[in-house]
Amino acid sequence: MKNAILMAVFVVVLAGLVLLPWFTPYFYIFIATEILIMGLFAASFNLIFGYTGMLSFGHAAFFGIGSYATAMLLLHLQWPLVYCLIASVVFGALLALVIGFLSVRLNEVYFAMLTLAFGMMVFSIAHQWRSVTNGSDGIAGFTVGEFGLGLPLTLGNPAVYYHVVLVIVVLASALLYLIGRSSFGMILQAIRQNAERVSFCGLNVRAYRLAAFTIGGGFAGLAGGLMAPFLRVASPEMLHWSTSAEPVLMSILGGTGYFLGPFVGSAIFILLETWITSITHAWMLVLGIVLALMVMFFRRGVLGTFLDWWQERQR
Amino acid sequence: MSGIGAAFLNSLDIGLLLFVIAVGLNIVFGVLNVINFAHGALYMLGAYLAYSLINLLGMPFWVALIVAPLVVAAVAVLIDRLVLRFIYQRDVADSLLLTFALLLIINESVRSLWGSGIHVVEPPALLQGTVHVFGASYPTYSLFVIVVGLVLLAGLWFLFNRTRAGKIMRAAALDREMAEALCINTKRVVTGVFAFGAWLAAIGGVVAAPMRAIDPGMGDKIIIESFIVVVIGGLGSFPGALIGALVLGLIHGFGGRYLPGINMLLPFVGMALILLIKPTGIMGKGAGV
Repeated sequence: MKNAILMAVFVVVLAGLVLLPWFTPYFYIFIATEILIMGLFAASFNLIFGYTGMLSFGHAAFFGIGSYATAMLLLHLQWPLVYCLIASVVFGALLALVIGFLSVRLNEVYFAMLTLAFGMMVFSIAHQWRSVTNGSDGIAGFTVGEFGLGLPLTLGNPAVYYHVVLVIVVLASALLYLIGRSSFGMILQAIRQNAERVSFCGLNVRAYRLAAFTIGGGFAGLAGGLMAPFLRVASPEMLHWSTSAEPVLMSILGGTGYFLGPFVGSAIFILLETWITSITHAWMLVLGIVLALMVMFFRRGVLGTFLDWWQERQR
Repeated sequence: MSGIGAAFLNSLDIGLLLFVIAVGLNIVFGVLNVINFAHGALYMLGAYLAYSLINLLGMPFWVALIVAPLVVAAVAVLIDRLVLRFIYQRDVADSLLLTFALLLIINESVRSLWGSGIHVVEPPALLQGTVHVFGASYPTYSLFVIVVGLVLLAGLWFLFNRTRAGKIMRAAALDREMAEALCINTKRVVTGVFAFGAWLAAIGGVVAAPMRAIDPGMGDKIIIESFIVVVIGGLGSFPGALIGALVLGLIHGFGGRYLPGINMLLPFVGMALILLIKPTGIMGKGAGV
C-alpha cells in the first residue's frame, strides 16, 4: 500500500518534470535545471556519505574538474556534448581515485580533513595556473554545438537543454540507485554500520571505500559537466569548499538515509537560495544556520523525518 | 649564507605561528574528539577584533593582545554551551558537520560586520623597523612572533606536565569516563578546553594581524595549513604539532625563496608524501581503518 502510494507520487513528479517547459516561464526552467544537476551532485556525494559513511568536504573538486573538462573540450576541440560529458566522468573518477587513494585509509576525522585540504589544493591550482585554466576568470566563451549520437537537438534552447539534463540525470540516478541496491552497495552500507565486522568477513574495506569514492567522483564529474554549458562558464568557485558544502547541506536537508533525499534537499536548497538571495546577500550565513539546526534537531532530514513519521503511522 | 639564514628565520616565524594555532586544534581534538573546522574562523575573529580595538577604539597593541583572545574564548564558551553540547554523545560525523556549519556562520558574520576589503594593523612602535641577524636585515616584528611562539611552547609544556589543570586535561583526553569516576567535572573541562583552544587560535590571529593582510579569506587559509600540520605531525600529538608546524614552516620559508613557481603546491606534496610513507603522521598512532 505504502509503496504503491510512493510509486504514484514518484511517477506524478516525474511526469510533471517532463511536462514542465509547457506550463512554466523560462525562469522556472532554469531553476529546475539547476535543481536536477545539483541533485545528481548531491546524490553522488551521498553514495560516499549516506551509504559508505565517509564525510567528504572536498566533493567540489570532482564537480569542478568535470566542469572544466567539458568547458575546455567545447572551447578548444568543439567536441559533441555527449563525448565531453564522458570525459567529465573520466576526469572526475580519476581525480577521486588519486585523492581517495591517499585519504580512505584513515579514519573519519582524518578523511574529512584530507578531502577538504586536497579539494582546496585543486582550487588553488585552478586559480593560479593561469595559462591553462585562465585563473579566476575561468573558462568561458565556448559554444555548445551538437549533442552527438546523431540526435538533432538545439542545445541553445533552455527548454531543450532542460530535457537533455532531465534524461541524463534520471538515467545516471537510476544507475546510482542500482549501484546502491546491488551487493556492492550492500557492502558499502555494511561498512558504514560496522567496518570492523566487514573486514572480519574477509573483505578489503579500503578497496570498497576507494571504489565508492571513485564512483562518487565520476558522477560528480558528470554533474559538473552538465553545469558548464548551463552556466556558460567553468570557474574556480565551482571548486571552492563553499561548493563542497552544498551537496553536504542538500543531503542533510533532504535526508541521508534515503536515495531521493539529496534530490529533495537540492530542490529545497535552490528554491530557498533563490528566495533568500533576493532579500539578503548573507546566503552563506543562512546556510550555516540551517545546517547547524538540521544537524542538531533534524538529523534525518525533511524526507527522512516525513517517511519515518509515515511509517510510524502505518503500524 | 645570509639568504639561507633569512629563509631559516622566516621558516621559524611561520612555523611557530602555525604551531600556536595547530596545537589548539590538537588539544581540542584530544579531549573532545572533535576536529574544529571553525578553528581558523576563530583565528580570523581574533585578528578582526584586534583591528577594531587598535584602529577604531585606539587601544595599544598590547591591550588588544590580551583582550581580543579573551573575547574569542568567551564566544567559544557560548558555542560550546549553546551548540556543541547537543552532539557530544553522537557520531563523529555530526560534530564535523556542526563545526563546519559554525565555520560558515562565523565567516559570513565577519564578512558582513567588517566588509570584504583588506584591513591593516600597524605593529607597535617598539617592534617596527628591522634588526641585523646572520648578516641580513630582518623585521623586528618577525622576531617578536618567534618569541611569542617560544613562550607559548614553554608555557604549554609547563601546563601539561607540571600543573593540576594540565593533568586534568590529559586525564580527560585519555579516558573521560575514568576521569569522571575520579570526581573530575568533565563537562566543565570540555567547555574549558574548547575555550582554551579558541584562545590560542585568537592569540595567533592577533599576532598575525600586523604581518599579514586581514581579509575574510584568512581563516580558510590557516585552517588548511593547520590540517596539513596535524596530518604531517600526527593528530592529537603535542610534539607532532610542533614538528609538523616546523616542517611546514621550512617548506614555506625555503620553498618561497628557492621554488617560487610551485611553492603553493609544496605543502600538499609534503602532506601526500607523509600519507604514503606513514599515514598517521610522524608522531601519530592508531588512526587507520
